[in-house]
Amino acid sequence: MDELKEVMITTDEIRTDEYLINMGPQHPSTHGVLRLLVQLEGEIVHNVQPHIGYIHSGIEKMTESLSYPQIGHLTDRMDYLSAHQNNEAVALCVENALQIEVPDRVKYIRTIMSELSRLASHQLWWCVMGMDMGALTTFFYGLRDREDILDIFEETCGARLTVNYSIPGGLMFDIHPNFQRDVKAFITKFRTKLPEYDRLLSGNVIFTERTKGVGFLSKEDAIAYGVTGPTARASGFACDLRKHRPYSAYDKVNFNEVLSDVGDTYARYQVRMQEMWESMNIIEQLIDNIPEGDYAVKMKGVVKLPEGEFYQRVETARGEFGVFIVSDGKKNPYRVKFRSPGFSNLFTINHIAKGWKIADLVAIMSTFDLVIPDIDR
Amino acid sequence: MTNEELIAEISKIATEAESKQGFQYVETFVPFAGMHSFMTRIKEDSKLAFDYLICVTGVDHADHMQMVYHLESTLHKHMMVVKVKTADRENPALDSVTDIWPTAEFHEREAYDLLGIHFNNHPDLRRMFLDDNWGYPLRKDFKDDIHIVSR
Repeated sequence: MDELKEVMITTDEIRTDEYLINMGPQHPSTHGVLRLLVQLEGEIVHNVQPHIGYIHSGIEKMTESLSYPQIGHLTDRMDYLSAHQNNEAVALCVENALQIEVPDRVKYIRTIMSELSRLASHQLWWCVMGMDMGALTTFFYGLRDREDILDIFEETCGARLTVNYSIPGGLMFDIHPNFQRDVKAFITKFRTKLPEYDRLLSGNVIFTERTKGVGFLSKEDAIAYGVTGPTARASGFACDLRKHRPYSAYDKVNFNEVLSDVGDTYARYQVRMQEMWESMNIIEQLIDNIPEGDYAVKMKGVVKLPEGEFYQRVETARGEFGVFIVSDGKKNPYRVKFRSPGFSNLFTINHIAKGWKIADLVAIMSTFDLVIPDIDR
Repeated sequence: MTNEELIAEISKIATEAESKQGFQYVETFVPFAGMHSFMTRIKEDSKLAFDYLICVTGVDHADHMQMVYHLESTLHKHMMVVKVKTADRENPALDSVTDIWPTAEFHEREAYDLLGIHFNNHPDLRRMFLDDNWGYPLRKDFKDDIHIVSR
């Protein structure tokens, strides 16, 4: 024992040289081609610099030579997990500029579709969150349930991922005759499956040890860095646009804005888990009450916006998505800017991860739920 | 606060700014020389309290560049749009607002990358998406014979 005591030293006395490592662009936990330049001392993160642009596709430049209905088709290539909400944002922006009121049927279906894709997105996030933490089983559970939603999308929209469903003036097609039956069957089934998620991961000791009390983001910093979505709501920033600036049919439904004031990785995890329940509540309130009517209003063959500037905000699964259109009265926009939620969220990573270990960086990044084409555009 | 009250409140703290009701939001035009102090004032003022910078957009208007700032107050839930023109189109330069809203650092880097707008006092003005040998693709006179096929 005496010999042992002599060699015991506290870690504070060990100093190593700082070194840089590249996480990505091909790294399983970056969920795409994101490169993080991490400055480390031992295991401790001193600085994280995100390097983006590996999948920059110049969508904003492309839109300048496209017509307004065509822009929508590009937006579901950005955040492909929130394709419905992105389409909806462009559609709402154009409709708002042209002062078109769409039928209630369109509003209801858009809301249901948005919530379904929020569910699908959160399910996929939960899959990969578990996988990043080393729990492969979650991946199969999440994908199993997500498949049902994608089948519903396929039946109605003809596509599973890049749906192109909401277009300026309404919807691309009416809903499939089986739509209501399938959605209700899915909700009934998923209400029994979601508690499984909690049993599998939420209470797991390894998981909670790695997430509770790790990677804090304060409310003030969330606002200052423009963080939105579940990431910000876990820090107590009430930023749910569905609640505070309702669009489509969100003013007709009752739901809670999920908030937490803890702000750590586990809070961000719990907020998304609770949001899945809320999304199911919203869908259940609407699915039996879809009004009869047209699924689109007749639009002119060539859509021209009046001269001016138009901005539309929607809440996607990741946070606030904004479309800013500068129009000069022609059939192509003069300038389009997409305010993507992932872009603002990503750049807090240095602020949050500083001082934590590199394994915590993976957990923190997981709860940001990044989609890289959304950041790079 | 209604938009009329908001306009009155803004003109109270800044006489140099010109505000009007835009299509959706209150739009304020600020001369580039006084923009940094104006931005500080609208954030610090307790009645305005614009603490959340939503979106920063650079727009190339043929004879000048314009930066458009969408702002919201998380306390009062009102929104406004601030527009700043640059004096020079070829070498545009503006003050950075990174010290007021940290999120601006990255939006400004994007504007620098794609439009070539320079931001004074920016802590880390580098290109973001593209290589150093690219031009500024969102400028209207940008020509790229290799990557963009014009029909």
